[in-house]
Amino acid sequence: MKANVYITLKPGLLDAQGKTVKSALETLGFKGVADVRMGKYVEIQLAGGKAPETKKRVEQMCRKLLANPVIETYRIEVK
Amino acid sequence: MKFGVVVFPGSNCDQDCVHVLKDVVHQPVTPLWHQDSSLRGVDAVVLPGGFSYGDYLRTGAIANISPIMASIGKFARDGGLVLGICNGFQILLESGLLPGAMLRNVGLRFICKFVHLRVERTDTPFTNRFQKGQIVRMPIAHNEGRYVADPKVLPVASAQAVFRYCDDDGRLTDAGNPNGSTEWIAGLTNQQGNVMGMMPHPERASETELGSADGRLIFESMLQAHAYA
Amino acid sequence: MPSATLSRSRLTRRAPKPPSHGRAPTESSNGHSPAKTDIALLKKIAASHNLTPELYQEIVKLLGRQPTLTEVGIFGVMYSEHCSYCSSKPYLKQFPTKGKRVLVSAGEENAGLVDIGDGLAVAFKIESHNHPSAVEPHAGAATGVGGIIRDIFTMGARPIALLDSLRFGPLTDARSRFLLHGVVKGIADYGNAVGVPTVGGEVQFDASYQDNPLVNVMCIGLVKAKEIARAAAKGIGNPVIYVGSSTGRDGLGGASFASRELTDESEADRPAVQIGDPFAEKCLIEATLEALDTGDVVGIQDMGAAGLTCSTCETAARGNVGVEIDILKVPRRETGMTPYEVMLSESQERMLLIVKKGREAAIIKLFAKWGLSAVTIGRVTPDGKMRVKEGEKTVAEIPARALADNAPVFNRPVKRPSYLAKAQKLSLKSVPVPKDLNQTLLQLLASPTIADKSSIFEQYDHMVQTNTAVLPGRGDAAVLRIKGTNRWLAAATDGTGRYGYLDPAEGGRLAVAEAARNVACVGAVPLAVTDCLNFGSPQDPEVMWQFKESVKGISEACRAFNTPVTGGNVSFYNEGPRAAIDPTPVIGVIGLIDGPAPVSSAFQAEGDAIILLGETREELGGSEYLSLIHHRKAGRPPRVDLAKERALHELLPLLAREAILRSAHDCSDGGLAVALAECCIINPERRLGVRVDAQAVAKIRPDALLFGESAGRVVISCEPRHIGRVRDLAARHGLSVTVLGRAGGSRFTLAPWIDLHVDDVNAAWRSGLPAALQTGPE
Repeated sequence: MKANVYITLKPGLLDAQGKTVKSALETLGFKGVADVRMGKYVEIQLAGGKAPETKKRVEQMCRKLLANPVIETYRIEVK
Repeated sequence: MKFGVVVFPGSNCDQDCVHVLKDVVHQPVTPLWHQDSSLRGVDAVVLPGGFSYGDYLRTGAIANISPIMASIGKFARDGGLVLGICNGFQILLESGLLPGAMLRNVGLRFICKFVHLRVERTDTPFTNRFQKGQIVRMPIAHNEGRYVADPKVLPVASAQAVFRYCDDDGRLTDAGNPNGSTEWIAGLTNQQGNVMGMMPHPERASETELGSADGRLIFESMLQAHAYA
Repeated sequence: MPSATLSRSRLTRRAPKPPSHGRAPTESSNGHSPAKTDIALLKKIAASHNLTPELYQEIVKLLGRQPTLTEVGIFGVMYSEHCSYCSSKPYLKQFPTKGKRVLVSAGEENAGLVDIGDGLAVAFKIESHNHPSAVEPHAGAATGVGGIIRDIFTMGARPIALLDSLRFGPLTDARSRFLLHGVVKGIADYGNAVGVPTVGGEVQFDASYQDNPLVNVMCIGLVKAKEIARAAAKGIGNPVIYVGSSTGRDGLGGASFASRELTDESEADRPAVQIGDPFAEKCLIEATLEALDTGDVVGIQDMGAAGLTCSTCETAARGNVGVEIDILKVPRRETGMTPYEVMLSESQERMLLIVKKGREAAIIKLFAKWGLSAVTIGRVTPDGKMRVKEGEKTVAEIPARALADNAPVFNRPVKRPSYLAKAQKLSLKSVPVPKDLNQTLLQLLASPTIADKSSIFEQYDHMVQTNTAVLPGRGDAAVLRIKGTNRWLAAATDGTGRYGYLDPAEGGRLAVAEAARNVACVGAVPLAVTDCLNFGSPQDPEVMWQFKESVKGISEACRAFNTPVTGGNVSFYNEGPRAAIDPTPVIGVIGLIDGPAPVSSAFQAEGDAIILLGETREELGGSEYLSLIHHRKAGRPPRVDLAKERALHELLPLLAREAILRSAHDCSDGGLAVALAECCIINPERRLGVRVDAQAVAKIRPDALLFGESAGRVVISCEPRHIGRVRDLAARHGLSVTVLGRAGGSRFTLAPWIDLHVDDVNAAWRSGLPAALQTGPE
């Protein structure tokens, strides 16, 4: 099974990197970029298992290590 | 007073802490390997600076799950003194022993330079040798030093602030805030006051020949607190 | 033989892709004759590895048969310019390499080693990573740092400092801004994470480096003289252990690549650049030093350029033994790797250890403690051969010394360049003196080469290890305290591109003179030299002539200063589609302060006397002023008097020991006016003005007096009551003294030509670099 985890900064927190990237895109001539937020993307390959259990396990991974609940939220996709 | 300095893979400033504790403040010191659970009967634990686990995933995140952190958690809950410097502070935040979290410096660059700090509280085991409002000089060296906390938590955290970044007159200005830390927080304690984390490096400011000896007062405060415990 | 140490570059791109394993012409050297078509294919592959038909035949003769594909790759990389120094060796022989403090000669080990007393030795070396940084600046600079650090701790020395010497094209060009940003971040990210402070260096900007940035990094380490580790395999039957990160396809043929020029095609090479892992390196440092402490490690070498190949054959050659390894035992990061790929891979953060028989398990456990893999992959044999097996099959078997020591040497043709005669002509009548010299000074101070570099070195952790006694930018050299002694180690790097273009021999002398003078300014006695020679293509006879002359000049200066060359690096092929770079030897000097506290550059107190040591001549050739203000690169570089420079190396530490020297700063880029300005403003906590009667210094035109770069000059300050003593001691050393004036007030006045408020001087200098970078991305 494969799990994709998207980790982003909680809304409301200043994302200095995202802000800088937004300016850079505008400098390159891209119009209408409303906002950019930077995050992390984690791909986890797991041996066997079914989707619902895998999702539960990966959620535990996020809670225990992959995401910091003080400043980050996460979203999990399981294939 | 026996000090323990924790060593994680990637810790860089452990030897610097050992040097100051042993050769400057003249106290017995023992290294504490991250895989061990024993704290070897130390009276205080120091979590040094560096790049534990390369700062991979999040700074301090992986160090936080080392076996020794469970022991340090218990030690802290039982009232033991714990000092986290730079990466050590980041690890204490990840562990929940201190409130809040660290983000990347607002300027997005690593910064190494001397800064001014204002002493906010002297009623802690780490700052009893300072004067309230005293302006001191210590160096910072970090990529992720921007302190943030949940709005519900911030007032409590701010009340526990021990050092704030300031300009050379002690004023809290934008120019004096090197990394964008909320409320200029450079270091704070837990509610009990026995755990402190700070981003500046007191071990780099303990000898005048290196530019400042203000950091030495932190270690001397700990000695004082221990003597009167 | 004093070849510059067998040094290596980290990779850049794959070599021309060899045929896949299954269809390779001859893999086994078990005496089977390959078919005719196979031989033709082999010869073609050999050619693509830059092995000439003559060389190929010599290989056949040496082996007594046709080589295998893996062997062709091995010869190709070991005989490449980068690994074998085939073009430079004949000239590097001129370097003085012996001295009473020199513990290992250049070429014997991975880095130079100098005795500094108290049972301690300093390991140090400078290396380049120019080509990879041009393709991918962040990764190229980072892996450059990683590589030079490994060269130091492989000797058993704990790395205690880094210095970086960087050169880029003018910052008006977006690409130069991109390269500067990437290189600085690469050095910062790696050096900071690995816990070695970057304490000094230099950054210069010139059109010459537009297409070819120079990234030279020097590393210094400390070791107890009794605990120096050797890079020789010894003890028949001893296990050979591979430690560190696994092997991937990184940088295949990187050394071969660094031996060829960058073309527009190089952009496509980007995916093959390796990513360094400073966390792995930090663990490797700790584990390696711990392992060396056990006494179980007989020999050790890092895997740099030409990876496993180089470390295996060199340790075997040095120990006069053979080494046999089985590549199936090598930990891999990718599947389906051929023996060729395993042997030539330049994956980072790997070391080769030769360990006492029976101690393998203990050593492996030690590395495991630090999270590093350690695997026995072979053993020491008595037959002097490097034998590479793939399980039962032998895929390469070559006499180790033939690879390591007997690489061919080329005597490249040399020709005095055709541009030189014209370039050396400079009639000062054709150089108008600017009307507003205040403006000229401000322009020079704000120019990126001269301006304040805080925005760069504040990205480096320059304080970790708590040894940094003089912060970057505060002294003419970096100074580190040596804990447990009364001594300090000083280090500086200096290079002279424009001077070298105009007169390479003088340029070579001046590079050594400047670096040594900088070290003397902090009160240290210069001890030894490491060199990084950055040049164009050795196949160009004019470049070879520049190389020959530079080496001659460097050798003369090193002999005059009694600073032997203990090792270094040659980087050829620094040429872009447009032209070769100016010949740029970069010299690293280390020195020792015995006793008194280090001396910094800035004036200390109001009323201090300002004194100029040395003579000012009407010399504008090759100066920063001539280039920036008049847009000319012409004339002859300043004449250097080696005896007078040597006298400064004695006088300055002497004045420091007598506690007379309040500050010392040498005159270089921008001349006397810039040096005086820097003395006034370098210390942000105390800016002091100065009032000087400049006309009294020399009877020459004002711009030459203010901005000329005459060598052998140092601006010092002292309490007025010591002026007599300074005059006295200077006279005894044959050096001239000019009392310039007093420090103090808020005006910077060099009468009658310069009169500025010290704050304006400061503003120009501090804003120069940030302003030049403003149009670029953060």
